[in-house]
Amino acid sequence: MSIGTLAPPLEVAAAARLAEGSRVWRKLVRNPAALAGAVVLVLVIGAAVFAPWVAPQDPARQSLIRRFTPPIWAEGGKSAHVLGTDQVGRDILSRIVYGARVSLLVGVAAVAVSLTVGVTLGLLAGFLHGRVDTVITTVVDVWLSFPQLLLALAFVAALGPSPTTIIVVLGLTGWERYTRVVRAEVLALREKDFVEAARAMGASAARTILRHLLPNTFSSIIVLSTLQVAQAILQEAALSFLGVGSGSAYPTWGQMIALGRDFVSVAWWLSTFPGLAILVTVLAINLIGDRLRDALDPRVG
Amino acid sequence: MLTLLIRRVVRLAVVLVGVTLITFSILHVSGDPVSLMMPEAPEADRVALRAAMGFNDALPVQFMRFLGNTAMGNFGQSFFHRAPALPLVLERMPTTLLLSMCAMGLSLALAIPLGIITAIRRASFIDYGATAVVFFGTSMPVFWTGIMLILLFAVQLRVLPVSGWESWASLVLPTITLATFSTPLLLRIVRSSMLDVINLDYVRTARAKGVSEWLVICRHALINAALPLVTVAGLQFGLLLTGAIITETVFAVPGMGRLIVSAIRQLDFPIVQAGVFVFAMIIVIVNFTVDLLYIYLNPQIRVR
Repeated sequence: MSIGTLAPPLEVAAAARLAEGSRVWRKLVRNPAALAGAVVLVLVIGAAVFAPWVAPQDPARQSLIRRFTPPIWAEGGKSAHVLGTDQVGRDILSRIVYGARVSLLVGVAAVAVSLTVGVTLGLLAGFLHGRVDTVITTVVDVWLSFPQLLLALAFVAALGPSPTTIIVVLGLTGWERYTRVVRAEVLALREKDFVEAARAMGASAARTILRHLLPNTFSSIIVLSTLQVAQAILQEAALSFLGVGSGSAYPTWGQMIALGRDFVSVAWWLSTFPGLAILVTVLAINLIGDRLRDALDPRVG
Repeated sequence: MLTLLIRRVVRLAVVLVGVTLITFSILHVSGDPVSLMMPEAPEADRVALRAAMGFNDALPVQFMRFLGNTAMGNFGQSFFHRAPALPLVLERMPTTLLLSMCAMGLSLALAIPLGIITAIRRASFIDYGATAVVFFGTSMPVFWTGIMLILLFAVQLRVLPVSGWESWASLVLPTITLATFSTPLLLRIVRSSMLDVINLDYVRTARAKGVSEWLVICRHALINAALPLVTVAGLQFGLLLTGAIITETVFAVPGMGRLIVSAIRQLDFPIVQAGVFVFAMIIVIVNFTVDLLYIYLNPQIRVR
């Protein structure tokens, strides 16, 4: 209490935020689907982080005598290769475990890029109004006129595939959703009394945006980001599948499915399991995102 | 209404220039288009090509030339096919549109009745079932769905062809694949736009007057739910085309999507630019039509 009169309101605000946080958390945990999603996601993240310890084999080790080993429960399966081996004898399960690294890393990093670009433009469009708003919404219109994946594919090919290129290009295909959501929220917020009051008390434009407008868009941004990570993982897989993968040392899930496509009539397990890995991961994130939306913010479409 | 129309047309023109700019930038984003087009050529050839293609001019000059060429439909010669790029893309357009329309038709046939039923019978068994289908459908990679369908119907049951484009049977699996991608998106929109109108006063009034339930749904609720449905369906069209591009690649369907994906692998940039531009044009035209339809369907604007 030594700071005097300012302290109590701040503490009240902090307490309120804490209460809000635990309310959201309780809502999230009470939903069995979201809880299952959270458990699955923790397992996937764990597998990605501790891949060298989790993976039963070296994902790059080839063995021609072991090629096309079926999964353990099928006829001819071996206990060393739970999910079987691919056309050059590499262990599928180990490759999936290592593949989680690329998927999660690219997914999260791409969303960080779109978040930064999209939120900045959304704040500017909503706050500055007028010409700036017209220009930004026109750019969004133009951007939405392309099949996003095709544009990403073309730019990755032009820039040369590398993890950084994939992250930046995927990040730049998803930014406009943030811009649309944040712009709409700021347009509604800027008419509110507390914004007027801040302006009247002499707050600069930058301070008004960063201290008063931005924090009020956080819940929408969190919900949107969760769902966008799921989208980015699907898009990264599609890019690898179409042949412009990240060029990284690790196998990717999309690349594994693409390789399996050529052997679909002789070895069904090549494409099936990496696809299931994508499905389970993306489903888990979508379930969490959907619950978060219900708990935090019903407005984000 | 006229000023609104004029404003829409002006926006259309601005968007078209923007689309051309982004198409232009595909070749120039790396800084040196020549090393992109011929990575292993000796320096003398590069200098010659740079001069022949006009890459030495200032970028704005190059863009104005590109804009002019685009307006004339000239995207240059395909390196790989040794023929003008745009006709190569356009002659494959009917295939892509046929696939997209079949999938869209199948999706609508599933999504509209299901969306209505799940909106009326909220929290019922069928509603939960549909929600689960939506979650799975939006979490599955399209290309994987396609391969799983090949595995089931072409490899195990041997009832449908694996890939290619010879008969009507080859259309079945690509259509189902694309529809599993687009149906969940549409189903979600139909359900939520029905939920928005179904409890409004005029619907309740119609019920109170003794109008049969079936008529209430079709005549009163569905017509008013159509407006948001049309708008969002138009916005989702780009997603449908993305799905079509991937589906064509999985099933070796000879459409625009497959042409462009292989052109990207071969670094055949005239085809890539022509293809990206054509896809964007389709989306722009669809969205413009939706805009006009919205003006026409919305009595609040039409009367003014």
